[in-house]
Amino acid sequence: MAFDKMELRDIEVWDGNFAAAQAMRQCQIDVVSAYPITPSTPIVEGYAKFLADNYVEGEFVMVESEHAAMSGCIGAAAAGGRVATATSSQGFALMVETLYQASGMRLPIVLNVVNRALAAPLNVNGDHSDMYLGRDCGWIQLDAYCPQDAYDLNFIAFKVAEDHDVRLPCMVHQDGFMTSHTAQGVHTLDDDTAYSFVGDFKPMNDMLDFEHPVTHGVQTEEDWHFEHKARQHNDLMTKVMPKIQAAFDEFEKLSGRKYNIVEKYDMDDADVCVVCMGTSVETAREVASEMREKGVKAGVVGLRVIRPFPFFEIQEALKDVKAIAALDRSSPNGAPGMLFNEIAGALFNTDTKALLSGYIYGLGGRDLTKRHLTDLYTELQANADAGKVLTPLQQFIGVRGPKLQFL
Amino acid sequence: MSEMKKIKNLKEFSTSADRFEGANLLCPGCAHSIIVREVLNATNDDLVLSASTGCLEVCTAVYPYTSWDASWIHIGFENGSTAVAGAEAMYNALKRKGRLKQPDRNPKFVSFAGDGASYDIGFQWISGCMERGHNMMHVVLDNEVYANTGGQRSSSTPIGSSTTTAPAGRVSYGEKKNKKDMVSIMASHGIPYAAQVAPNKWKDMVKKIQHGMAVEGPVFINAVSPCTTEWKFDPKDTMLLTDLATDSLVFPLYEIIDGHELNITYRPKSVIPVEEYLAAQGRFKHLFKDEYKHLIKEWQERVDANWEYLNRREEARV
Ligand SMILES: Cc1ncc(C[n+]2csc(CCOP(=O)(O)OP(=O)(O)O)c2C)c(N)n1
Ligand code: SF4
Repeated sequence: MAFDKMELRDIEVWDGNFAAAQAMRQCQIDVVSAYPITPSTPIVEGYAKFLADNYVEGEFVMVESEHAAMSGCIGAAAAGGRVATATSSQGFALMVETLYQASGMRLPIVLNVVNRALAAPLNVNGDHSDMYLGRDCGWIQLDAYCPQDAYDLNFIAFKVAEDHDVRLPCMVHQDGFMTSHTAQGVHTLDDDTAYSFVGDFKPMNDMLDFEHPVTHGVQTEEDWHFEHKARQHNDLMTKVMPKIQAAFDEFEKLSGRKYNIVEKYDMDDADVCVVCMGTSVETAREVASEMREKGVKAGVVGLRVIRPFPFFEIQEALKDVKAIAALDRSSPNGAPGMLFNEIAGALFNTDTKALLSGYIYGLGGRDLTKRHLTDLYTELQANADAGKVLTPLQQFIGVRGPKLQFL
Repeated sequence: MSEMKKIKNLKEFSTSADRFEGANLLCPGCAHSIIVREVLNATNDDLVLSASTGCLEVCTAVYPYTSWDASWIHIGFENGSTAVAGAEAMYNALKRKGRLKQPDRNPKFVSFAGDGASYDIGFQWISGCMERGHNMMHVVLDNEVYANTGGQRSSSTPIGSSTTTAPAGRVSYGEKKNKKDMVSIMASHGIPYAAQVAPNKWKDMVKKIQHGMAVEGPVFINAVSPCTTEWKFDPKDTMLLTDLATDSLVFPLYEIIDGHELNITYRPKSVIPVEEYLAAQGRFKHLFKDEYKHLIKEWQERVDANWEYLNRREEARV
């Protein structure tokens, strides 16, 4: 091949954005069509620099908006090749129409989403509002907790999305600034090993095969629309998890790094646990260990796969606990938090007697401190001891002004 | 460079290729299908096509059928141009990497869209494609209205036309704004070729399409597309309406090369009064009431002024 390999040290100090860009380079993407937005911009900047330095070969189309970025990705993916881009927040929101179009057309695009709050008020910092906005778009959604995950999960994303049994686009989420701009040691794969894990792109129904012209993006009415959508949903629900699990297993063999669909921490005998996503998983793990020293049987459940929702894995992980806190980093806007609802939905028909409460935290980049989590575990223990939820179902962590609590 | 297709006469032309089937759901008399056939028939090259949401799209790819015998994609209302740009980028990437399945093929990338999808909602996407220099052609099927959604005004709708969102009524003559000059705007991107075409002048159209496909870079084509349903005329009269449009100079035929050099490509032997063009269509019927007669005069003055402007631009050779 015409481009140069890059020599990496076994451990490089990278932030989450650069880790994602490096993974994109090693996967040798054919087309990146992109538009900048804080905090995800350095991903495509990094990719552009790799191109400028001949570390990757492909087309980089710097379009005029995020909607166009995903539109270009869709056209490129339909033409038959490896495609990726990155965005955050308002850019993600502008993309939403095209996100449905990409998944409905079964195109294997990888989108790095560096999570950030949605305006108004305008805010560039991390929360999960954009991640939640994407949850019904028909994409696979993986969640990175740190730069290492952001690197590794990109390989998983391409592998699963491009699998001919799956053919669904995949997002890799990481927390704005907290992961994207925080440098840590990242264990690397060498270029050949990384590429051989994802493998060559295998086109299917590609528009550039002139012997077999194809029609993409047809019109359906009530006679067929339901079948298409139901099949897409069925494939998400039944085919994706086994493929993700297989990719995790294969990746573990390659790298020694183990990922799970639901990441359980100290859950074997936990009485109380926190369910959360992103960087808060790591904070919660630390606090859970400290709570253990104080005699509280605390555990943490981190979501690694947000869509498809790991229904059975969640049921399994939570079957023996007494009190659960679902932590949502997005404004629920008139309902309990998404995670709260989904956990409740997963547990409803089970034998669990677990008490569930919902907490909204960290909007617009507000810190979730160890102190917050210590208080939260204490509250959960009190619920567990009392055998009922003593506090309102929905509370806000660390918001100024009069206490906000509902239900 | 692939060989330019030679076309002798209309009969041969109309039967020369069938990558767009007659089987579709467009209204009888719809000019969209005529224009699409003429564009596709002008070339033997492999094609990668897109259509934006609109009459053409919803009438030609209704699952499980398709009228297209060339690779075709529809994403949304606004982004068909960018879909083709993305496919073109992929073609370039795979070519460079030696991964094309048929490396000797030299495809053309063409997006079709209505005036709504081009002048209004898709404007930004097309501008982006033109500015970035993709090797593609964007063809507007300009029926001067949102036909697929039942006749709302677009920024291509001419003054005095009655539409559902700018209806003529007791105190209104319908659309109040001038039609947007999209060809000039697009040419101003400095693209190698922009042209206005009409399906009745098929030889002129073939020449322009072939020119557009031969140049490297973005090409913008605006095709007048009489809509029987929204312009309100008898389906058998599509070509009559097109003749009236070109021969009254309401829809002049010209090209702009490299963003500046303007050539008028059709000069009617005898120019028809605009009034005849307006009178042939239901959408302008109300203009013939006494209180709106002055608008017809203004119409004629506007068309004359535009023709004068085009001639001066041509003469100036700048
Ligand atoms: C984002 C979005 N807004 C609105 C629509 C509804 N819509 C579909 S087609 C159309 C009008 C199409 O008009 P035009 O582009 O002129 O094409 P025509 O049908 O006249 O050929 C509209 C408004 C849509 N599909 N998507
Ligand atoms: S409504 Fe007009 S543009 Fe649409 S199919 Fe009918 S004639 Fe063609």
